[in-house]
Amino acid sequence: MRRELRSVVANEKMGPYTLLRVDRGGLDAGVPGQFFMLEAPGRLLPRPMSVCFAPRGELAFLIDAIGPGTKALCALEAGDGLHVFGPLGNGFDLVLDRPLLVGGGIGIAPLPYLSEALGRPPAVLGFRSDWHAQAAELVPNAQACVEPTLVTELIPAGMDVLACGPEPMLEAVRTRAPNAQLAWEAPMACGYGACYGCAVEIDGELKRLCVEGPVLRAA
Amino acid sequence: MLLNASGCLDGLTAPDVARSLDAFVTKTVTPLPREGNTPVRIAETDVGMLNSIGLANPGIDRFLTRSLPQLAELAVPLWVSVGGFETDDYAEICLRLDDQAEVSAIELNVSCPNVEAPAESTAQIVAAARLATRKPLWAKLSPAVPDIAEVARAAQAAGADGLSLVNTIRGLKLDERTLRPVLGPGQGGLSGPALKPIALAAVATCYRATGMPIVGMGGVETGQDALELIAAGARHVALGTVLFADPTAPTRVREELHAAAAQHGWNAYEDAYGVAHEQPLSVGTTLDDKSSL
Repeated sequence: MRRELRSVVANEKMGPYTLLRVDRGGLDAGVPGQFFMLEAPGRLLPRPMSVCFAPRGELAFLIDAIGPGTKALCALEAGDGLHVFGPLGNGFDLVLDRPLLVGGGIGIAPLPYLSEALGRPPAVLGFRSDWHAQAAELVPNAQACVEPTLVTELIPAGMDVLACGPEPMLEAVRTRAPNAQLAWEAPMACGYGACYGCAVEIDGELKRLCVEGPVLRAA
Repeated sequence: MLLNASGCLDGLTAPDVARSLDAFVTKTVTPLPREGNTPVRIAETDVGMLNSIGLANPGIDRFLTRSLPQLAELAVPLWVSVGGFETDDYAEICLRLDDQAEVSAIELNVSCPNVEAPAESTAQIVAAARLATRKPLWAKLSPAVPDIAEVARAAQAAGADGLSLVNTIRGLKLDERTLRPVLGPGQGGLSGPALKPIALAAVATCYRATGMPIVGMGGVETGQDALELIAAGARHVALGTVLFADPTAPTRVREELHAAAAQHGWNAYEDAYGVAHEQPLSVGTTLDDKSSL
């Protein structure tokens, strides 16, 4: 992991989301599911974002502007500078027989990069509205649904599930696919194990999602 | 000397960051293991952050058998932060740390805002710890007291070798929409830039009251911030919240500190020690001069 001052290449709107493209410099893109801490202009703490795409020379992050930090990130323009720190955490295990990607809302963020790494396997995606579902075009071979249909209803049996989305979705995936790999999210201040803000109890032990996760086995 | 504030760095997951400091301060160790508080545990505020970690730690047994041997490999002086819920807790841990050669100093966390405060006074805890160990003892105090000078003098009289100033102070953040607390336990400890003037006041007050060595901390983001704490009376400076945003902060702040001292014409930043308490260098800059405000 490294921390570098990088510059924004482009800021593209994708339904309610923003695809922030940053020049990569000397940073390693890491494996799908890993994340970077992005300096949010005017804010005290950086924000954790998983890699959405890693084209040559770039890193791209899909961001939902829901708070002051993400709003500041989504307001960045081409040429603006920001500190980027990573890659951090543990990504997805890519040795699988029958991969199926499952994403919910902004949780689709790591799936485009994951899809490329796995040779574009099938994907099922769930969104709150048609507007949000515009982001489905980022994921190859994806079947998208909009509420009230739930994405977990679209998961066939016998697949190696890799999922990212809101906590209720991950809990539902866990009951259907006990071997699934789940990418969790928690508020974190540092991203590298210093603050203990993202700690959760797993199997009776305290684990920090930023260093032991964010991708964990369901069972 | 540049240190980290306790609880703001894990030397085992980020050994390079720990080695970039002059001493590494552990997360607070308690007699028994603690999982810590219910999430959410972290919330950013406008000029700081709240945390309610709740002294999550492996307990003294596992700390001694597992953590300490690995921390010793960092080859950086180790300060162990010690916490508890009664005086005996502090005394027991200090006794067990006393014959650990790897431990350079002990910081007594008598001021965590996220757990029930010990019933006994700071003086009682320091006195009990003093009987249990020959290691240098630093008492970490809260600024949220009516008279911090009184607490500092009591710690000094009880045998403390130095003071760590300041711990976080309790704060609350409400969710804009639901008007309910953002943090799981409700309230948390406020740190970051919001704490800097409070830290400066506590350091200046305790410097005048005791003349003891002080580790100053609270909102340090730059070398200038560190220089100001030294001017107020801190011998050493610790970095806290800034480490979350910038793991390269120790190296950067040290360079900035040297540069800031040089701008004042000093050979070393130690030359700034206590200058805030001296007569002003030029007309119109006295601390009491309201016209400069």
